[in-house]
Amino acid sequence: MELNVIVKTISKYWPMFLRGAGVTLYISTIGTIVGFIIGLLIGVIRTVPVPEKGIKKFILKIINAILSVYVEVFRGTPMIVQAMVIYYGSKQAFNIDMSPLFAGIFIVSINTGAYMAEIVRGGIVSIDKGQFEAAYAIGMSHNQAMINVVLPQVIRNILPATGNEFVINIKDTSVLNVIAVTELFFQTKSVSGINYKYFETFFIASVIYFVMTFTVTRILRYIERKMDGPENYILYANQMQVQTPEDAVRKNSDKR
Amino acid sequence: MEKIIEVQHLSKTFGTNEVLKDIDFSVNKGEVVCIIGSSGSGKSTLLRCINLLEKPSGGKIIYKGKNILDDEHDLRAYRTKLGMVFQQFNLFNNHNVLSNCMVGQIKVLKRSKEEAKEIAMKYLKVVGMEQFINAKPRQLSGGQKQRVAIARALSMDPEVMLFDEPTSALDPEMVGEVLKVMRELAESGLTMLIVTHEMGFAKEVADRVVFMDKGVIAEEGSPEQIFNNPAQERTREFLKRTLQQN
Repeated sequence: MELNVIVKTISKYWPMFLRGAGVTLYISTIGTIVGFIIGLLIGVIRTVPVPEKGIKKFILKIINAILSVYVEVFRGTPMIVQAMVIYYGSKQAFNIDMSPLFAGIFIVSINTGAYMAEIVRGGIVSIDKGQFEAAYAIGMSHNQAMINVVLPQVIRNILPATGNEFVINIKDTSVLNVIAVTELFFQTKSVSGINYKYFETFFIASVIYFVMTFTVTRILRYIERKMDGPENYILYANQMQVQTPEDAVRKNSDKR
Repeated sequence: MEKIIEVQHLSKTFGTNEVLKDIDFSVNKGEVVCIIGSSGSGKSTLLRCINLLEKPSGGKIIYKGKNILDDEHDLRAYRTKLGMVFQQFNLFNNHNVLSNCMVGQIKVLKRSKEEAKEIAMKYLKVVGMEQFINAKPRQLSGGQKQRVAIARALSMDPEVMLFDEPTSALDPEMVGEVLKVMRELAESGLTMLIVTHEMGFAKEVADRVVFMDKGVIAEEGSPEQIFNNPAQERTREFLKRTLQQN
């Protein structure tokens, strides 16, 4: 490896790397967020208590069947194949002309959604039954219990798994080069096709990938800590009930 | 005396296991009823059937002249009238103490935030937890959690409070603080239905004691009658066993 080759490659082709990294981050961020929302919805639907009889039970059963087909199919096939099938398939069979970028986001989203659905379902199942019971006991409906009590806890608990998905997405968007999405891998391939310095060029790409995934992991850890709230709490003397903890802190710092 | 809840011919089976057999039982307004009995006698199941956390297999639960089991619609309104305190506290882990007592009022009773806060603070003072309103459940001791759980239930202004072995998951030294709160509530005239293993407490606080054995109500009567002069052999047996342990 020659350092000057790396320096030269960067100084000459940095706009391509930057654009590639931008597209990679764009696709994986949107894909993870949309996938997270899909997963949340599916996870919630799949844990709705089944009524004992009636048309509702029938409808719920059909929806659940469709959802499990979706989850199984998209977990059970490689994303690179999904990309080919959806991108070229939609063009040839349905005459839908997607841009590669849109197709990329679409594929990453539904792929992530399939994984997240199971993660969310696991998160909901792992919440203590007592949380639901306490919510029902004060008169909440299943939906109210979900929204106000269970889901906030689930989201906190599945954040590490979501971070995992995010990191995987940053790396796996590289397979989208098969449908000519101009993400980082595609750009790197283009650069190395021009300068024929495969090792150095791809070394640069690997560094960029690592910086992106590492940064994302750190940010998510920070969010987790934020969600956990402070380790300590402030005791309230009786006359200070209208204060918020922020007020109390401000007041104390004013005194000093 | 006015009956608040009346249970008629209630039965509950889990698979082939008949946990409750043809229970007839009622709670009168202003009354403190303690249900005692050995583990597996069905006392907790009876309590959980009354607020429908378990669906009864048969029978009726009459509240205000209506059978609650007939109409799914009234179910949630009915539950708000029953305050439930669990053995395992079951405080909402994502809410702090104050918001645990407010979320039900706001979402279910549609009270305003200010009103909900005022009421929550009132009951948190009753249980002596008003200093801890910013604490999360994981930062509290068992006794503190249970007192918050009682305040949460009271905040919904229930007509009946149901206690499902409220002190069974507590360290011995914390049992006292919870029982003290419950004693005060009983003295204030609140209608209470308590499943408990605290015989001393039952003897002191209850207006009526119900002894359950193998899914049936074996005996019921005043505390003096049950504890000092039980009519049934199995009641005597049970009391002898539990009192020996203490």
